[in-house]
Amino acid sequence: MAAKIRQPGWYRALAFSILGVLVCLGLSTGLRAAFTVDPVYDGEAFLQIALLMVPLFFLGGIGCFDYWLRWASGRTVVDDHADHGAKSWRDYFKVNTDHKVIGIQYIVVSMFFMFAGGLMAMLVRAELAAPGRQFVDPNTYNGVFSIHATLLIFLFVIPVFAGIANYVLPLMIGAPDMAFPRLNALSFWMLPVAGTMMLLSFLAPGGSFAAGWTAYAPLSVDAPIGQAFFTIAVQFAGASSIATALNFLVTIITMRAPGMTFFRMPLLVWANFSTSLLVVIATPFIAASQFMVLLDRALGFNFFNPANGGDVLMYQHVFWFYSHPAVYIMLLPGFGIISEVLATRARKPVFGYRMMAFSLLAIVLLGFTVWAHHMFVSGMSDWIRIPMMITTAIIAIPTGIKIFSWVATLWRGVIKMDTPMLWAVGFISMFTLGGISGVMLAMVPLDIHVSDTYFIVAHIHYVLFGGSMFTIMAGIYFWFPKMTGRMFNERLGKIHFWLTFIFFNVTFAPMHLIGVQGMPRRVSDYADQFATWNLVISISSFILGFASLIFLYNMITSWRSGPKAGSNPWNSLTIEWQVSSPPPIFNFDAIPSVVGGPYEYGVPGAVHAVFNDTKPDPLPVGAGAGAAEAD
Amino acid sequence: MTGQSHRGAVTAKNWIVLLAIIVVASAIGIAFMLALRWFPEQGSNVAPDIDTFWDVLVIVSVPIFVAVTTMLLFSVWRWRQRPGEEDLDGPPIHGSTKLEVIWTIVPTIIIAALTTYAAILLVDIQAAPAKGTRVVNVNGVQFAWDFETQTPDGPVKTAKLYLPINEPVKFNVRSKDVIHDFWVPAFRLKVDAVPGITTTYNLTPTKLGTFDVVCAELCGLGHAYMRQTVTVMTRERYDAMMARLAAPAGTPAPATDGAAADLGKTMFVAGNPATGATACGACHTMKAAGTTAATGPNLDEALKTANAAAITEMIVDPNKQVAAGYSKGIMPANYATTMTKAQLAALVKYIDQSVHGKG
Repeated sequence: MAAKIRQPGWYRALAFSILGVLVCLGLSTGLRAAFTVDPVYDGEAFLQIALLMVPLFFLGGIGCFDYWLRWASGRTVVDDHADHGAKSWRDYFKVNTDHKVIGIQYIVVSMFFMFAGGLMAMLVRAELAAPGRQFVDPNTYNGVFSIHATLLIFLFVIPVFAGIANYVLPLMIGAPDMAFPRLNALSFWMLPVAGTMMLLSFLAPGGSFAAGWTAYAPLSVDAPIGQAFFTIAVQFAGASSIATALNFLVTIITMRAPGMTFFRMPLLVWANFSTSLLVVIATPFIAASQFMVLLDRALGFNFFNPANGGDVLMYQHVFWFYSHPAVYIMLLPGFGIISEVLATRARKPVFGYRMMAFSLLAIVLLGFTVWAHHMFVSGMSDWIRIPMMITTAIIAIPTGIKIFSWVATLWRGVIKMDTPMLWAVGFISMFTLGGISGVMLAMVPLDIHVSDTYFIVAHIHYVLFGGSMFTIMAGIYFWFPKMTGRMFNERLGKIHFWLTFIFFNVTFAPMHLIGVQGMPRRVSDYADQFATWNLVISISSFILGFASLIFLYNMITSWRSGPKAGSNPWNSLTIEWQVSSPPPIFNFDAIPSVVGGPYEYGVPGAVHAVFNDTKPDPLPVGAGAGAAEAD
Repeated sequence: MTGQSHRGAVTAKNWIVLLAIIVVASAIGIAFMLALRWFPEQGSNVAPDIDTFWDVLVIVSVPIFVAVTTMLLFSVWRWRQRPGEEDLDGPPIHGSTKLEVIWTIVPTIIIAALTTYAAILLVDIQAAPAKGTRVVNVNGVQFAWDFETQTPDGPVKTAKLYLPINEPVKFNVRSKDVIHDFWVPAFRLKVDAVPGITTTYNLTPTKLGTFDVVCAELCGLGHAYMRQTVTVMTRERYDAMMARLAAPAGTPAPATDGAAADLGKTMFVAGNPATGATACGACHTMKAAGTTAATGPNLDEALKTANAAAITEMIVDPNKQVAAGYSKGIMPANYATTMTKAQLAALVKYIDQSVHGKG
């Protein structure tokens, strides 16, 4: 037992966490005693310190810092890769430095939180099935929709993309791992910490955080202690996000295989490069906004208290300076996935490869210039409205380029409409709708009316469900054979798609209508005139939730006993498909050489990368995708 | 390559059919979208302009969606992988500068046109009101509104909003606690009520009747219930009403015991919609009244030991002392202004008798 507690792992994590609780207890009572605050013990003071510190003890206990601390203290460090790669399922519950193990850890954990967040959505819809009160009181209701959004944004969409890219991206660029494997492990382990903290807020006195995922001050400052669980959990999710993005940037810039020029990179790599730029620049702003709320709450800093010179609107500016780019953080990786799936399953090069890459960068740049379109009715200066409307509308142009190029990629291809492709094509159509309602919302005179209504709820679900979720599903099905070495059940995959596609639309399309008619969002009760549509939406949403159980069943049974997948079931050209499924422990026996573009389908004898020898590539640089642009 | 005629180029005939499908489907889509009753009734001068703008956006949007979806469906049907084509690749088309220029420039023109239209419309909406425009101070508080305006007989404060028809009005919107949002869907305009600053908008009501006032910004527990009404009336009725409200309140005739009990129960179960006094029973359980809500404490238990004076204080100043497990600031603190003294007395008497089984 004593030996077990000395080893990194769950026993030590538990021991360290208990130690952490005691330290926080000592710290809070000690400080209060030193400053003669009465009473010496205060539950909220202790809780806020504990929420900040106990996770660090846990991370230390599970073993995230062992190597660094040994190295920093001058003790011997062994680079025997003992914690690299998984030999049994138990290794997935340990700190592991293999990007493939971390990728699976990310995906499975975020899928858990998807089901948790989805369950909250079911609760919301159950409450809204009829006017008046059905199941939960208003406090619980506000908590449930707040945690629904928070989990699905911070613990599902953002990290599941990081998980897919973690697995696929190093393989795609011919790298043996990510640039910083230990940082990668730490990034992952901060996620379950953040997610658990958010769920635990239900147990907080006064209920869970209930100010929405936007946590506007001063509502969040005055709220009961449950709010602190959000404020602090976001710090851990954000730190995880920033560290991963940094890791991706360094990996992409420094670890590409010989011959892998930027314009020979698959678009998924471009997409994650762009996303990581957004994360690294923007995420510190949400950290700042939440720290200001924490300081206001815990120590009375009055950042957002107008009676003492605080500024309420400042919160929204800082918050949205992250949270609008966050919309693209939740979309660009999906754009990358769609390009991979379409080119492979339509057997054609991605149409206009270079413009696809440039449009990603254009979205990154423009994404930082539009945040105040969330604030058209917030009471900010009127003059900001028109410039922000124009920049917002301009984003439709690079986004439109992507949509048209995807359609043109399909044109004259040899198209296999299997499960990944169904999700990809479904995405293009649904995301077009989400984009159109986005342009409508950019138009200030209309936005003034529909802001904070169900029209917004419809729009964000067309973008994040019809958009992000569909790309995630396309990616999960597409790389499932690579990650598990087995094929999924195609029939169940198709049923999952069609049920989701149909009932997604029945659920969210009517929300446009009731929004314009005047139903505000974030309400547990509504005027009787909206009753019929709300009942339709609720019933449909339950079928939508049921469809995700088919997905779960398919994934579990196929992972255990699906037919074996070869190394390249989709006959793809990119590098991850040229190694075994799942790939060997350090990905490649010999580092590949890249000799052409990633999507040279239909070019006789074209290859993207060669493995057999290490001679410099015979083709001149630039013979790849971009150079052959002329039709 | 025999047997692959379906992989040939798209003929002129194909294009005509595709174009026809897009045109017809767009026409049907637009007709359907315009036939739906999207907006609530038009209650202000800006409503018709905003509704027309919506129609224009719909007419521009539908063909874009229809075109993308038609091309998608056509592609996956026409070029689906047929038996024997498992190893076939499509033609290596890498792009077309001409096409890419077109689908950059055309959306740019559409965007430029729409933003210009929107900007012109917005400038109209934002235009400063003329001097002497009637001002209504709109104050948001968890979870109620009050509306304050100057009349020749002095200031009048109401829980419901009253406006004369066809006269411009400017709203000065403020909040006493957290952010609220003052929205009248029939008027089409809204603005946040932000603590520390005054936000404004102005418009002219153009339709007689009573419309909903909605809080559109999450403001806490009672957000969903922060609903009120605005009544637009003729100038004569408006003036008469303001004169009556501005007059010092007369002493109400003493009520008989039975009538007082009835009044108390009515206040408990229904509140006073005319002034915006929320019904107690909307949030509290009390056996005698048959209410079962649980937003606030169960009164049968919470008031066991309270006498009439204590109950009065709890209604008038609910934040002074809050039952264990409940938070401050949830129960409206405006009952002193939304009920007459007689109503309050009757209510207290009714509650006192009900919880102590005297009724």
